[in-house]
Amino acid sequence: MPVKGWIEVNDLYCKGCELCITACPVDVIQLDYSRLTPKGYHPAMLKSDGCTGCGICAVICPDAAITVYREPKKAKVPTA
Amino acid sequence: MATLTTDPIQVYKRPVGLTEVHSHYCPGCTHGISHRLIAEVLDEMGLREKTIGVAPVGCSVFAYKYLNTDYVEAAHGRAPAMATGIKRVRPENIVYTYQGDGDLASIGMAEIMHAAGRGENITVIFINNAIYGMTGGQMAPTTLPGMKTTSSPKGRDVEMAGFPIKMSEILATMQGSSYIVRRSLHDPAYIRKSKKAIRKAFETQVRGMGFSLVELLSTCPTNWKVTPYEALQFVEDSMIPVFPLGDFKVHPEIAKLKV
Repeated sequence: MPVKGWIEVNDLYCKGCELCITACPVDVIQLDYSRLTPKGYHPAMLKSDGCTGCGICAVICPDAAITVYREPKKAKVPTA
Repeated sequence: MATLTTDPIQVYKRPVGLTEVHSHYCPGCTHGISHRLIAEVLDEMGLREKTIGVAPVGCSVFAYKYLNTDYVEAAHGRAPAMATGIKRVRPENIVYTYQGDGDLASIGMAEIMHAAGRGENITVIFINNAIYGMTGGQMAPTTLPGMKTTSSPKGRDVEMAGFPIKMSEILATMQGSSYIVRRSLHDPAYIRKSKKAIRKAFETQVRGMGFSLVELLSTCPTNWKVTPYEALQFVEDSMIPVFPLGDFKVHPEIAKLKV
């Protein structure tokens, strides 16, 4: 079971350059054609589940628009 | 008993070293990546409050708006001269210049050569994208042979315009330089290596070991007239063979450093 993660894209910075889309190893990012940023670009968004929170999109993002989160691993609850 | 944490882990967020404004760079321009790497390195080293940057003329002329450190703007190509003055007057501060290839390798050739020759204790971040970006894509000293630009529409003719200038190789021959490397920004793995190189360049300055320069192969999707992704491919396929990546001069003390 892969780690579950997600990204948040800041509309103020995203310019829709698509570099995160080409870099994503699990191919879960696409441009959101239903929205425009204040500067008139279609921002990036998560298109489906499967994000592992690896952060590669944030490494290549030229505008540091992406914040990456990861769900913590479930701690073992003692059975006794 | 293990503590149960349900809060999400923040893997990555925008560094505080970058100001909260929209940059004027074209979509996909790797200037943004290099700005971010500098901001991250200065944050990690805790040097942001005592760093003074020197901005060049070129696309990155507004670097002072985006990097959250003190900044001054130099005349075209004169950033190393200005940084020399600042560093000599304020040796307790960290001084770096951020220059493009038109600024550093063309009009600023004399300043960079003599700053390296004197072994000034400054750091230079050199962005090489093989073209003059801001003025509309003219041929730069670093333009590849055969590469089409607005001032060489049939491709750079080496018989008339000569060969690209390899700054890192030249500066590595200077006795005053301590850390001269070339890295690329075309791939996440190489971006991470670039960040380590920038870290080592600043470590060189913190240790007072002389001139340090990191050359970053960069893109210009707008003036190369390709998509941002194709621009990264161009760097990998065409620029790296001409400008090989590597360490051209690393002081043994810095080579031992683990970052």
